[in-house]
This record gives sequence, C-alpha cells and structure tokens, in this order.
Amino acid sequence: SSWWSHVEMGPPDPILGVTEAFKRDTNSKKMNLGVGAYRDDNGKPYVLSCVRKAEAMIASKKMDKEYLPIAGLADFTRASAELALGENNEAFKSGRYVTVQGISGTGSLRIGANFLQRFFKSSRDVYLPKPSWGNHTPIFRDAGLQLQAYRYYDPKTCSLDFSGAMDDISKIPEKSIILLHACAHNPTGVDPRQEQWKELAAVVKKRNLLVYFDMAYQGFASGDINRDAWAVRHFIEQGINVLLSQSYAKNMGLYGERAGAFTVICSDAEEAKRVESQLKILIRPMYSNPPLNGARIASVILNTPDLRKEWLVEVKGMADRIISMRTQLVSNLKKEGSSHNWQHITDQIGMFCFTGLKPEQVERLIKEFSIYMTKDGRISVAGVTSGNVGYLAHAIHQVTK
Amino acid sequence: LAAYRTDEGQPWVLPVVKKVEQMIANDNSLNHEYLPILGLPEFRANASRIALGDDSPAIKENRIGSVQSLGGTGALRIGAEFLRRWYNGNNNTATPVYISIPSWENHNSVFVDAGFKDIRSYHYWDAAKRGLDLQGMLDDMEKAPEFSIFILHACAHNPTGTDPTPDQWKQIAAVMKRRLLFPFFDSAYQGFASGSLDKDAWAVRYFVSEGFELFCAQSFSKNFGLYNERVGNLTVVGKDADNVQRVLSQMEKIVRTTWSNPPSQGARIVATTLSSPQLFAEWKDNVKTMADRVLLMRSELRSRLESLGTPGTWNHITEQIGMFSFTGLNPKQVEYMIKEKHIYLMASGRINMCGLTTKNLDYVAKSIHEAVTK
Repeated sequence: SSWWSHVEMGPPDPILGVTEAFKRDTNSKKMNLGVGAYRDDNGKPYVLSCVRKAEAMIASKKMDKEYLPIAGLADFTRASAELALGENNEAFKSGRYVTVQGISGTGSLRIGANFLQRFFKSSRDVYLPKPSWGNHTPIFRDAGLQLQAYRYYDPKTCSLDFSGAMDDISKIPEKSIILLHACAHNPTGVDPRQEQWKELAAVVKKRNLLVYFDMAYQGFASGDINRDAWAVRHFIEQGINVLLSQSYAKNMGLYGERAGAFTVICSDAEEAKRVESQLKILIRPMYSNPPLNGARIASVILNTPDLRKEWLVEVKGMADRIISMRTQLVSNLKKEGSSHNWQHITDQIGMFCFTGLKPEQVERLIKEFSIYMTKDGRISVAGVTSGNVGYLAHAIHQVTK
Repeated sequence: LAAYRTDEGQPWVLPVVKKVEQMIANDNSLNHEYLPILGLPEFRANASRIALGDDSPAIKENRIGSVQSLGGTGALRIGAEFLRRWYNGNNNTATPVYISIPSWENHNSVFVDAGFKDIRSYHYWDAAKRGLDLQGMLDDMEKAPEFSIFILHACAHNPTGTDPTPDQWKQIAAVMKRRLLFPFFDSAYQGFASGSLDKDAWAVRYFVSEGFELFCAQSFSKNFGLYNERVGNLTVVGKDADNVQRVLSQMEKIVRTTWSNPPSQGARIVATTLSSPQLFAEWKDNVKTMADRVLLMRSELRSRLESLGTPGTWNHITEQIGMFSFTGLNPKQVEYMIKEKHIYLMASGRINMCGLTTKNLDYVAKSIHEAVTK
C-alpha cells in the first residue's frame, strides 16, 4: 500500500484545459484566446529586440554563476523600484523603501503574502476585487490569510461598478488588507479613471487600510509606463505606504525567466532595513536566492539608456497592437451587423477583455468555431491578429445575434 | 554560501555549460515562454534519471514523478509543503520531522515554514571519534514515532562530510522500513562528492530497490556550477503510477501559489547536456575535475598534517567527502585560526575544502598545527 492512497487528484487547471483542447483541435481556423502571453500579428511569441541585445551584451561579459544575494540582483531591484515609483518620487529618493527580487509576479505576491501573515497582526483579511486573477485567492490562502471581496466589475455594463466599489470599500474594517490591480485589471481589463483612483485613495486612507498593489502590466496597458504606474504613485504621494508586486513577464516578454520584484514603502530607511532583513528570512527557506537570468536581462535594459529607450518603444508597440485589435474587433462586429453595444471592448485595457459572453455562447464559440476562451467570456486580445479578427467578429456575432 | 573554486581560487563556469549556453544563444527558435508548472519535461525526466539510474526499476515501472524546482532548497520546500498537507493524514502538522545534528542550517527553516510543528534531531556526528554515530542514529530511529519523516543526506553530508558506508545504509534502511519512517533525501552533491554519479547515488537507489516510497530533493547548483540559475528537481518515487500522478497533481497546486512555473534558462542547460551522449560525457568529465581537485586537497592536507606530526589523527580529512570537512578543531582553535592566521572556518570547525589551493596548503596545514599545539 502507498502513503498516498488518500491523496486526491487535483482539479484540472481551467486555463490549461483551454490550451489542451485547443491543441487537440484540427480546425485550421482555430484560435486560442485563453493564452496569457503576448503574440505578434502572426500569432507568434515575440522576443523583444532589446531583450536579444541585452542577452548578447551579457553573453559577451562572460560572467560567473555565483549565487545572488537572497534579496536578488541589486541593480535590478533598484531599477525596478525606480521604474514603478518614478525617479522623482520622494519615497524612492529618500530610500524609505525596500525592494527584493521575486519569482515574477506570483513569487513577489507570495513573499508579500507570507510577510503579511507573519508581521501584519491587525488583520487576516485580504480584500480582492470581484473578480480577480484566479491565482490571487490560493496564493493568499496558502500564506495563511483569509479572502474577502469588494464589488468591482459590473456585468450589466461590462465596466467598473465604481459606486459599488466605493460603497464596499468604505465598509471594510479598518486595518484590513486591500489588493488593487495597478493597471490592466486581470481578468476584466476594466481600470478606474484617474479621478476615480483619487477617490479610491481617499476612502482607503480614511479606512486606514493596508494597500497591496499588483502591477503585472506596467507599460503594457496604455503603452506609457508612467501612465500605467499613476495609481501606485498617487497613493504613495497621498501618504499611503503601499506594498507592491511587479512582473516583467509581459512588459519585457520574460515570462519563463521569472523576473519580478516585491516592494514595501516604509516610514524611513531604517525601517526599510528591518523589513528587508525579515523578507530575507522568509525567502531563504523557500528557494534560498532568486534566479539570475531574467533579472539580469531586465536590469541591463533598464540601466542602459539606449536599450531602455528601445524597450519603451517596443512595449508601446505591443500595447498599440492590442489596442488596435480591440478597435478592429469592434468595427468588424459593426460590419457584421451586430446591434449590441461593444464599446466595452475598446474601453477595457490590457491583455484581457471581458466580452460579456455567457457560458452557453462561449461553448458555441468553442464547439462551432474552434475559438477557445475561458467560460467567463474572457479573451486574451493578445491572441487576436489582423488575420483572424474578422473571423472572431463573425463568430461572436453568430452566437449573440 | 559555499561554491566550488579552482586552484586559482576562482569561480569556475563548467566548459560544457559555456558550450551549451552558446548553443542556446545561437538557437533562434527558442524564446522565453512560460514553462509548464512542473517544469521543462526534458529536464525533469533526465534529472530524475540521473538520481535513480538508467536501469531503475522505479522508472521502468513508471512510478516516478519529478517537479522542477528553484534549486535544492525549492525542491525541499515543495516536498515539505506536500508532506505537511498530505502525509500521515491531512494537514498533520504534528508529524515529527527529524534532521541530523548537525545539518545544513536551512533544513530546519524549510520544514518550520512549511508548517511542521515538531522538528527533532537525530544523532549523526560523533565528535569524539570524528565519525558517524551510527548507533545513536539507529537508536533515534528505533525510538522515533512511526511515520516520522527523516531528512537524509544522499552523499557528502553537509557540514560534516561524513557519510554512512553502504553496509551502514543497509542497517539504516532496515530500521526505517520496520519503523515505517519516511525517507526524504537531500542530494546536493551527486557526482561532486566522489566523482562518480552512480557512487554518489548509491543510497537513494538502494532505498528504491528496497521498495521505499521516498522523495529526493536534487540540486544542480554544485555539480553543474549553475548556482544562480536555481536548478533543482524533486524526484518522487511511489508505489505505482496512479499514486504518483495524484501526488504530482497536488504538488502542482503548491507550485502554482509559490512561483507559478520555474525559470527556464538553467533547466534548458541541464536538459540539453543530459540528453546528448557527447555533452553528457563532457559534463561527467567536468564534474570529475571538480571532485578530483577536492579529493587532492584532502589528501594533500592530511599528508602535510601527518608530516608535521600534528597531534591527533587526521585520517578523517580523507575519509570525509564533498565540499566540507569537520576538522575537529575546537572553538578556541578555530578562533586562533581566524584571528591569528586569517583562515576562515565555522565555529564548528567546518572547513570548505574548495578554499584550499596548492598555493595555500602549506600555510593552512602549518596554521592548523599551530592552533592545535599552542
């Protein structure tokens, strides 16, 4: 007999299931709109030119493979903080922050979650927007925290339920933890406008909540890194000492290299040192120290003026292609003769779009048109190309007319 | 942190690694897409094959699983998290976890942070005879509650460098089988210890052949010199494929909330190397180079101490294996080494053999002599 007889089979990953089914499909017109990775207009993965250049520079230096410090590559963490906060940010300039390298967005979120479980004794509750990225809940739960929700997405309008959000957030018990998506909300693509962010900051401050920002798409959402970081920077300027998780998976296309960072804005540099020491104590028994490759590529890009310029152009290029696909999808739907209001497709931002399609309609798209997406009607706009946007519009019209 | 050094005292990027990195850099078909949650398939299969052997009955019977992890530490952590959730009941944080005394200092933290509440020590190092306290170890195993988890160093015990002999491993396995204890191997030095991959994996393979279900956390930091790429693998050996499949499905859930999916660069290097007969041969050669240098430093240090007539016996220096040696120096002697001779060793008397070079052997030997005789 086995020690593992009672171990249950884990549930299949819903997004993986979409990709598996897609792979099995023999229809030449098939589309995979479940993928959370950018594709170019030929539907191919895109390795940024600045990444290739950075890799060549790194290769020519013939560096050794010695362990990184537990907190990661210093040039990378400093550049990450500067990217997120802005070089003129007071918190950045005064050094009242700590940034540690994390295993992309997930690893950075997890470090923060573990840190909160151990050191934030005021509350065990993390408030997530409804809906949120599917992995947020298990990350915080595994770290030992409890999950709550605040209203966010309005399925009737396919946009932000701002009054619902403000109402719920104003009732969150003081000193609870609230998670906010900095930009390009996943999975809805619905972001607050700047005036709405200002009101959110005010209510969060009034309720004395601990704010945890998840920023996985800086630059990738609007094409402008400063615009995408506006909310994070505004909150800090309002005196809210936020926690922040960053990912370079999408905006630098470094997915499998796992480049990310976790930041805590502190009262002062001395507090930041103490926080850093505790973060290291959390990291060491997880994986000792982080992987170098992705962080070094990102660091070279951020710290080499020419490459940084090139990166800003390329990330804007990716964002622009996504925006263009949204526009084309809407105009193609009009051309198909759809009478529905599809404005939310262009109002939403980032990689994902909550189409508003119902499960039965999604089912038909999969079965009749070989167009694969998750049951909640979420599509990855990154999977749309100028070559297939017409087909997509046609199919959506067929299942919604 | 301990890493290999050449005779010039420099870090060493293995020639085969440089070659493979160049191959990867020149391959324009490669990109930076996400790996699957459990890692690069070619890496996982090859990594486990290295640990268990080409002719492993467990591999033939399709009852092994692998989880690509962030170094050996990451593999330990995933294994620990799984055990806490699913071993000896559900979420049984009270299952005793036994760690050798001494052991790598991070072992304790890994299991504590995974949620285990009862971490205990088992006897291991006999300071008086400067060797393995086998009887103490076996006694602890006899007394341990059934189903306790034991962290075993597959080879090159860190920090003592003292490993059980095959006969002693047989005795250990017999007790563990009878007492229903769970073997969790930490294999951070396969190939690096003796120079032979098979020899260094003997204990793990013996336990498999004795029918144990076990975990083996593998690190490729030292034997591939890939320290900062965080290349590790958790090998799972189960009773049958069905059990292993369910275990892996749950480990996948744990990975998803820890790092989602592992880094690709280091795994690619290892997979490419292990799956090419020529590169594999080159790698084994590189590994032997490192192991041989350490073995040479051991024999040179011992012979110098014996020539100097340094009081005490020094055969433990060549009988011990791997990167570290427990010299047997007491705290006062260690302080002398550090303060007066600027030779840095741990308070335990542990020395990193990789720090020895042909240039400093005489100085180190003389310093030890002084420390012991003064």
